[in-house]
Amino acid sequence: MATAQTRTLSRIMMAPAVIVLLIWMIVPLVMTLWFSFQNYSLINPMMTGFAGWANYIYVLGDPSFTQSLVNTLILVGGVLAITVIGGTFLALLLDQPIWGQGILRIIVISPFFVMPPVAALIWKNGFMHPGYGVLAHLFEFFGLEPVDWFNQYPLFSVVIIVAWQWLPFATLILLTALQSLSEEQREAAEMDGANAINRFYHIILPHMARSITIVILIQTIFLLGIFAEIRVTTGGGPGYASTNIAFLVFRTGILSNDIGAGSAGGVVAVVIANIVAFFLMRAVGKNLDA
Amino acid sequence: MARNVSTGTKIGFTFAAWAIALLLFSPILWVLLTAFKTEAEAIANSPTFLPQNFTLENFSAVQDRSDYVKHATNSILVSVGSTLLGLAIGIPAAWAMAFAPTKRTKDVLMWMLSTKMMPAVGVLIPIYLIFRDLRLLDTVHGLTLIMTVINLPIIIWMLYTYFKEIPVDILEAARMDGAELYNEIVHVLVPMAVPGIASTLLLNVILAWNEAFWSITLTSGRAGTLTAFISSFSSPQGLFLAKLSAASLLAIAPILLMGWFSQKQLVRGLTFGAVK
Amino acid sequence: MGSISLQHVKKSFGEVQIIPDISLDIKDGEFVVFVGPSGCGKSTLLRLIAGLEDTTSGTILLDGQDMTKAPPARRGLAMVFQSYALYPHMTVRDNIAFPLKMAKAPKEVIDQKVEYAARTLNLSSYLDRRPRALSGGQRQRVAIGRAIVREPKAFLFDEPLSNLDAALRVNMRLEITELHQQLKTTMIYVTHDQVEAMTMADRIVVLNAGNVEQFGSPLDLYKKPANRFVAGFIGSPRMNFVDGPEAAKHNAHSIGVRPEHFKLSRDPLANAWKGKVGVAEQLGSDTFLHVHVEGLGLMTIRTDGDQTFSHGDDVYLMPDPTRIYRFDAAGIAL
Ligand SMILES: Nc1ncnc2c1ncn2[C@@H]1O[C@H](COP(=O)(O)OP(=O)(O)OP(=O)(O)O)[C@@H](O)[C@H]1O
Ligand SMILES: [Mg+2]
Repeated sequence: MATAQTRTLSRIMMAPAVIVLLIWMIVPLVMTLWFSFQNYSLINPMMTGFAGWANYIYVLGDPSFTQSLVNTLILVGGVLAITVIGGTFLALLLDQPIWGQGILRIIVISPFFVMPPVAALIWKNGFMHPGYGVLAHLFEFFGLEPVDWFNQYPLFSVVIIVAWQWLPFATLILLTALQSLSEEQREAAEMDGANAINRFYHIILPHMARSITIVILIQTIFLLGIFAEIRVTTGGGPGYASTNIAFLVFRTGILSNDIGAGSAGGVVAVVIANIVAFFLMRAVGKNLDA
Repeated sequence: MARNVSTGTKIGFTFAAWAIALLLFSPILWVLLTAFKTEAEAIANSPTFLPQNFTLENFSAVQDRSDYVKHATNSILVSVGSTLLGLAIGIPAAWAMAFAPTKRTKDVLMWMLSTKMMPAVGVLIPIYLIFRDLRLLDTVHGLTLIMTVINLPIIIWMLYTYFKEIPVDILEAARMDGAELYNEIVHVLVPMAVPGIASTLLLNVILAWNEAFWSITLTSGRAGTLTAFISSFSSPQGLFLAKLSAASLLAIAPILLMGWFSQKQLVRGLTFGAVK
Repeated sequence: MGSISLQHVKKSFGEVQIIPDISLDIKDGEFVVFVGPSGCGKSTLLRLIAGLEDTTSGTILLDGQDMTKAPPARRGLAMVFQSYALYPHMTVRDNIAFPLKMAKAPKEVIDQKVEYAARTLNLSSYLDRRPRALSGGQRQRVAIGRAIVREPKAFLFDEPLSNLDAALRVNMRLEITELHQQLKTTMIYVTHDQVEAMTMADRIVVLNAGNVEQFGSPLDLYKKPANRFVAGFIGSPRMNFVDGPEAAKHNAHSIGVRPEHFKLSRDPLANAWKGKVGVAEQLGSDTFLHVHVEGLGLMTIRTDGDQTFSHGDDVYLMPDPTRIYRFDAAGIAL
């Protein structure tokens, strides 16, 4: 549906975007792959040459890797569980006839716009600080011992912060999906004598299933790369207690200047992300035809 | 939405919803209130809710000690700059994909999306080294480039979904009226797509403003954005709660306002058009 | 000047051949209508002329100049779309002025031409409105205004009236015809409404599955259809076709009789076809009878509006022997 001339023009119009993204995708990735097979340390410039699988063996074999992988899974899984369940619940609540719906929507979405380092610092200093944090005051008020969150439960604390940031996102998407469920569909179900629980399981949940899938997939992409929250609060510690794969690569590559090992970790991160991306693309791609 | 419920039920739901919403909002509220307290009041053993001695000194202190204005300027330059650059590259590309689609258009779109899924740490090291060698580390233009590239897929996707809603007839009419491509895009397509372009712009400024990974790893003092600036307070040497809150408030307030305005379009942008 | 000549124009979308091979010569100043059933390729052909689509092969000449590869902007044609395709963000004035701005005309010339077009089309009082605030007929007029200010070599209309209600269509039909008489510019007009085709055209192109079935004046097509397709397509209600032994009597594979070419009687006539009235559509001026004829099937008969028939009446039909169309096995007129 166009002329050869428009097709030529359209190729020219797309060229900058395609070239930029192509370079962005290929060059650094190839370099990462290359470095991952090299002995390359900024601290020890004498160590050079082909390393074979040594970097991978070093990274994958180190207990810190296993722990980071587990931490990554806990982080992603924990945040997903909180945000999807909480988001569904909150979306259902906001969809009820209530006063001030519009304002509520704005209030609820707000945490999503707070930049990660600020979110982390608010929680770290304002809420979770064992001395003057709001939670410490609350615990004291109830006669409990204040908790030193980031030392005692570092990973859990990070999960809370990240969940706080992403709960609004899940809520907003699910609320949008919920509001597109037509009133007639609900009324029909009510006429058929379905009670609230049946309606939820047979009408509302199936309708939201696709949006929930999308929320899970998109969040997973972002959650795999959680970085600033860890950097600002625990620095990955104590030990490796709150280090995820992304932070491990940063620690190894940039902080310890071991380019080879850091790159190997990077490649592993790419592989993990690709597995998730594969499913996301299929979900979004299906929608393209519609 | 006109469901018949008793006033009692409505009061119940309203109460529950507001309670949860305020709970979620409380960290932001805390920042807002603490920013106007004195340091002593902020860490007092018996905490106060409203500032007892309302003060603005935290804001001037933040500026004096760590040059908030410089970092804010960097944030504006990077987020607005990268968004405008992204629109300049993205509008022609989205035009091509929406109005002259081929069999491969869908694949190209999916591929662009896939670049967004590449984890940043996977390419951190080479980018860091390239930036070091090209002397782009800790420069505003270097960071702007990175930000453009990482947001380009979202820009193109959003524009694409908005452009798809414009009837191709009108662009063809422009061609018949003697408009060359430049005029077709500048005088017909862009004015018609203003709402879509505006929400694309807004969302991307927000995303770039809040981006933390690359701004923390690629900048330090000179080109640091607000995310990098705030992160540097992870151990608040000499900077106390109230000042931290003031700095945080300054960093999030503009984006919060923009976010409130664009929240409706946000859903579509963040789900790549999958949820409208 | 605005002669348009198509030479062996072919068009395929991928594997699908939409236009197998068309050659046409449209003279300067002619009003040519493309008619044909939906999906036969009318719009495609128009878009090929406009330059909005490429020909797969063949040549398009405008004023004798080869324009096959020229982009739409350089062909000097104007097009009016079915959807009007007005620029929603511009006022009526700016819509009409747009082609002139693109041609970098001086401001005074633009103003003067826009005023003139607005006066011609009764749009003067709407010039500062947006298209959104106009009725369908007014929008259509703006689209036409935008087309005329360019003083194009030819106008291309793609079903411009199909979104309007019946009364407005009749009005606009007259306006466009008048415009043509005034401007004397070549016009190509696509429609599937044969009343529009018959009343507006100097010559009609009947298209079927991408082929030109016949190209001629409206009365030519009515009186001397080249084949069964044209015979069936032109004229309303449709021509009645009969094949088998009844056609063989006329030395033809099939014969056709228009509804208005019957002698109708309630009393038996010699050699007439006997039938029973099914539905009688009384329009006031005319009455259309749908008659079940024994052995021949359903026939449509036009008769004057004063006659009243009802369901089940016996009638006798006698085709006017001088107006029987004969077709061979391939449907070609004999
Ligand atoms: N861009 C395209 N790609 C593939 N096939 C197309 C394209 N445009 C049109 N066609 C096909 O070409 C044929 C002719 O289409 P066209 O629009 O020319 O018909 P038309 O005669 O204008 O019909 P109508 O009276 O319904 O407007 C149709 O079968 C249509 O499906
Ligand atoms: Mg058509």
